Amino acid sequence: MTVTEPKTSGGVIGTRMLRKEDPSLLTGESKFSDDLVIPGALYIALLRATVAHARIVSIDTSAAKSSAGVVAVYTYDDLKDDWAGPMPCAWPVTADMKNPAHFPLANGKVNYVGDGVAVVVANSKTAAIDAIEAIEVEYEELTPVLDLEDSVSDSTVIHQDLATNSSYLWELIPNKDAVDEAFSNAVHTVEERYIQQRLIPAAMEPRSLVVVPAPFGGDFTVYTSTQIPHILKVMLALTLGISETKIRVIAPSVGGGFGSKLNVYAEEVLALAIARKLRKPIRWTEERTENALATIHGRGQVQDIELAADANGKITAVRVNILADMGAYLQLVTPGVPLLGAFLYHGVYDIPNYSFSCTGVFTNKTPTDAYRGAGRPEATYAIERAVDALARKMGVSAIELRRRNFIPKEAFPYPSAAGLTFDSGDYAANLDKALSILDIEPILAEKQARIDAGSTKVLGVGLSFFVEMCGLAPSRVLASLNYGAGGWEAATVRILPTSKVQVVTGTAPHGQGHETSWSMIVADKLGISPDDIEVLHSDTAIAPYGMDTYGSRSLSVGGSAIHLATEKVLDKARAIAAHQLEVSADDLEYSNGTFAVKGSPEKAYPLAAAAFEAFTAHNLPDGMEPNLEASVTWDPPNFTFPYGSHFAVVEVDTETGKVELVRYLAVDDCGNRINPLIIEGQIHGGLVQGIAQALYEEASYDAAGNLLTSTLADYLVPSATEFPFFELDHTVTPSPTNPLGVKGIGEAGAIASPPAIINAIIDALSHLGVSHIDMPASPQRVWETINNAGK
Amino acid sequence: MEVTMIINGSSVTRDVEPRTLLVHFIRDQVGLTGTNVGCDTSSCGACTVHVNGESVKSCTMLAVQADGAEIKTIEGMASPSGELHPLQRAFQENHGLQCGYCTPGMVMAASSFLAENPHPTEQEVRHGLEGNLCRCTGYHNIVKSVLAAANETAEV
Ligand code: FES
Ligand code: FES
Repeated sequence: MTVTEPKTSGGVIGTRMLRKEDPSLLTGESKFSDDLVIPGALYIALLRATVAHARIVSIDTSAAKSSAGVVAVYTYDDLKDDWAGPMPCAWPVTADMKNPAHFPLANGKVNYVGDGVAVVVANSKTAAIDAIEAIEVEYEELTPVLDLEDSVSDSTVIHQDLATNSSYLWELIPNKDAVDEAFSNAVHTVEERYIQQRLIPAAMEPRSLVVVPAPFGGDFTVYTSTQIPHILKVMLALTLGISETKIRVIAPSVGGGFGSKLNVYAEEVLALAIARKLRKPIRWTEERTENALATIHGRGQVQDIELAADANGKITAVRVNILADMGAYLQLVTPGVPLLGAFLYHGVYDIPNYSFSCTGVFTNKTPTDAYRGAGRPEATYAIERAVDALARKMGVSAIELRRRNFIPKEAFPYPSAAGLTFDSGDYAANLDKALSILDIEPILAEKQARIDAGSTKVLGVGLSFFVEMCGLAPSRVLASLNYGAGGWEAATVRILPTSKVQVVTGTAPHGQGHETSWSMIVADKLGISPDDIEVLHSDTAIAPYGMDTYGSRSLSVGGSAIHLATEKVLDKARAIAAHQLEVSADDLEYSNGTFAVKGSPEKAYPLAAAAFEAFTAHNLPDGMEPNLEASVTWDPPNFTFPYGSHFAVVEVDTETGKVELVRYLAVDDCGNRINPLIIEGQIHGGLVQGIAQALYEEASYDAAGNLLTSTLADYLVPSATEFPFFELDHTVTPSPTNPLGVKGIGEAGAIASPPAIINAIIDALSHLGVSHIDMPASPQRVWETINNAGK
Repeated sequence: MEVTMIINGSSVTRDVEPRTLLVHFIRDQVGLTGTNVGCDTSSCGACTVHVNGESVKSCTMLAVQADGAEIKTIEGMASPSGELHPLQRAFQENHGLQCGYCTPGMVMAASSFLAENPHPTEQEVRHGLEGNLCRCTGYHNIVKSVLAAANETAEV
């Protein structure tokens, strides 16, 4: 499949429609969880461990209990009969994976700074927080395990009952002998070690929730800032032994997630347990410091990657060994995050021999889990840096070396050595487009001129060509990976009696603009105005089925379900129209809200009439059910594989180590484009998160296991001053695996940008003998790297 | 303690505890929840409002310190008939928001910035918004929105 124009059948898809979500968000009308007014609500606050690894000798809550406004104080022992099971991990990646018991409050031992020790219930937030300070805990401190290689050595075992710090070993080695042989026959090899530092997702809206019990019926409404209302409902039911029919989860406006709200958190379980106990609404909103300590972190890997290549630089094998930091416990999908990258360490290159293994290890740190890209940024970083390293070693251009290794466009659908089938792509065309926009020659000339002049402001150009697998996911593939759920998505499309349209989706947006894009998909198909379409979501009573929003899945899976449900509802309307016009349905064509007999356009029947007819049911075809509604649950046959070339141009001040981003060009291919405005916004946001990983952000700990970056004053979420305007362009290679031909774009920027930036920095400094730098490339680290080079 | 403020044009009098922050007064006591809280170190700007025409992070000020002041929050930006303020319109037209959590603070900060510097350059906009964090947009479209609003005002 080659580059084609975007699909614009009904004239709506492909347009830069402004977002429906915006007016209420721009005027302060939208309600986030903490904005909800719930009369009579009690507030909870958690006492959190202040030490990373310790046995709890005693907890004295007596002073807290008598503190003003306090209703109750609970520890693990007080609540141990309130849960039906431990905190859920839905991804047991291997049959013998070790999963420590994990409850909402610590049972006799704390395992990271931030671990919940006790909970106070009080009639105001300040009363709850004040009482927390009155709780006394005596700890017997244990050696904290902080470093991944220390952890794997088991010199101190965190969870004694597991007898080891290794949770699992997961391998993908289709043919070990062939890999070994490729390495022994290789003319060129590289062997690199990269560190994926821990990151704090830092959504701007802290997590927040209110649980409202019905006073008599035993039902609970859980309002929570989550990406996964549907999964959360099931998990809350299982964890607390409450019938699923008695829990309704609503995600009101959600202020960003990036994976951090793709989880089941202790506070959600605690609040529901306490609401059940006290029959009172319970609310909680996290402080920013709690967000840093007790909301999941991302990344955290040590990556060893080796490439084997022949004399021409054709890569013949890739071998990867990963140590992945699980943190103290396994959260919802913690162990699976490295697996989402495990298949992609060959990148966009046709590499026949593949070996990947990953050991997941526990540390006395905040649990990790999915953060924007989840596994795929790690994979992309490793291969894209290793390819640059190989190019440097061989003395060929990094661009040329990539071209020699691209999966050729004729090879699609491409069966990869790791066992996937890449859907579609034309990598060379995408790179050509990026190069034509970049105009690299003048940059390289300027770079050389500055070196020649002995300038302290040197230039570098870095390329990252990424591919990701997204659109999670074919349920059967998830089954083969031991994932505890399916990857389908549900949609219902209703044409109401007045011909307005209701779309019910199982996706759960938190900034992605689904109300807009889903309206466009339906409007395009029905030929009606997007303003006549309402999108309902994120409430399990209104949208009972859904697999929620993560992994760039919402459009390719959820959008496809909506597209198919719209076709289905249109078929029903067509049957009504045919009945009314006394013709065969096959004789009708549909456009802009009207069915007309082919060849005699005067014989027409509007969709609105069919909707009203379906409602009155006065004269429907025999056997047809009233109402105009259709539901589709769609399970994709494959992942989608967006890709693109990203170029960074940086200026490095060799005296201060400061890196300035001069240009950033991203040419992405996300298949057909529904709303370019939203696509660009997703890329911009992802880029800044990825660039921030490369240059600024790191969750750092001291030797005792205290998080040093627990506020936004210490954790360097960048501001607007650090970036230029980004240059974006695109190619379009539709995905053949879904009816919209789309691929997904939510994670692309965060996946592609870190290696582009680091490759650019190394390029800028290579004449000084620099061939490696870890992230974040802070001024100090860059300065030290320059000064240590060649020593 | 009793405090009186003019909030979005209406006089509001309430009893407050001395330690109540202006942002909590606005959200919890006046019920204007458009102003958000994103941190506890005055780093994020989600809580930005106007106090006597100047943009202020309302988590850095006590309610009692604002006694007698004129306050404007995001709820006071659109006209009473619901017509968006030019900056709000520019944010929509340029996709300057995604989740919308930082947006009220961004709009308030941007509007006082533009009042002081009606014809800013891109760099001036970036520096003018330095105290406001956004995790979604990568700032690109926020900066574009502010520049577009500046141009629009310039044309009027
Ligand atoms: S809440 Fe005021 S600056 Fe963050
Ligand atoms: S739009 Fe989400 S934080 Fe700015």
